[in-house]
Amino acid sequence: MDQLNNYLFIAAILFSLGVFGVMTRRNGIAVLMGVELILNAANINFIAFSRFGGMNLDGHIFGLIIIVLAAAEAAVALAIVINIYNNMNTINVDEASALKE
Amino acid sequence: MAESIFWFIAAFTVISAAFVVLNNQLIYSAVALLFTLFGVAGLYVFLWADFIAGVQLLVYIGGILVLIIFGIMLTNRISSVRLSQTNVQQGVGGAVAIWLFILILMVVSKTPWNQMDTIEPASTVGDIGTLLLTKYLLPFEAISLLLLGALIGAAVLSREEN
Repeated sequence: MDQLNNYLFIAAILFSLGVFGVMTRRNGIAVLMGVELILNAANINFIAFSRFGGMNLDGHIFGLIIIVLAAAEAAVALAIVINIYNNMNTINVDEASALKE
Repeated sequence: MAESIFWFIAAFTVISAAFVVLNNQLIYSAVALLFTLFGVAGLYVFLWADFIAGVQLLVYIGGILVLIIFGIMLTNRISSVRLSQTNVQQGVGGAVAIWLFILILMVVSKTPWNQMDTIEPASTVGDIGTLLLTKYLLPFEAISLLLLGALIGAAVLSREEN
C-alpha cells in the first residue's frame, strides 16, 4: 500500500485487460468499456506518480482532465453507436464496416 | 489492517475488470464495470486523492456508466438470437495483451523508482482549485470548451432526423 510498484502493477493488469477487451469484443459498447478500463489504468498511474513524487498535485490535474475527456468520449461514442444501430441495425463493429449504405 | 483492505480492493478491482472483458452478457459487463470503477476510486483514496476519488464516483459511475447502460438498453434486441460476444481474434488479442503486460511489468520492475517521503495532506481540494485557476487555467478552459463541444455534438448526432 506504500509501494509505488503495487499501483503500477494493478494499472498494468487493468491496461492489459482493457486492450484485450478492445481487440476481442464484437459489440461497440463493449469496446467502449475496454477503452474506459485503459483510461482508468492511465489515471491510476498519474495519481500514483503524483503521490509518490512528493504529493505534487500536477498529476491530479491530469487525472481530472482524463476523466473529463472520458466523459466527452463516452457521450460522442454512444451517439455514434446509436446512429449506427439505427442505420445498419447492428452495433457489432466487424459487421458495421461499410462506410456508406 | 489498512494493508489487507488495500489488497482486498486491488483484487476486487482486477477480478471485476476481468469480468468486464470476459463476460458474455453485455449488461453483466456493465455491472462489473461499476465494481471496477468503485475499486479504482478506493485506490485513489489510498493514494490520498480525495477529490479525484469523489470525481471518479460522480462522473464515472454517475455519468459515464449510466450513459453506457442507456446505450446497451437502446441497442440490444431482447428477442434476437444471442450471438457470441467475441470475435475470432481471441487468440491474437490474448497474446498481444499478455505481451503488453509482460512488457510493462519489466519496465516497472527494472526502473529504480525514486519514492519521496511525504506527509498526508489534510485535503487536496483547495490546492487543486488554486492550481486550476492559476497554473492550469488555459488547459481548464480548453477542456471545458471541448466538453461543451462534445456534448453539443452528441446531442446533434443522436437527434431524430425529420
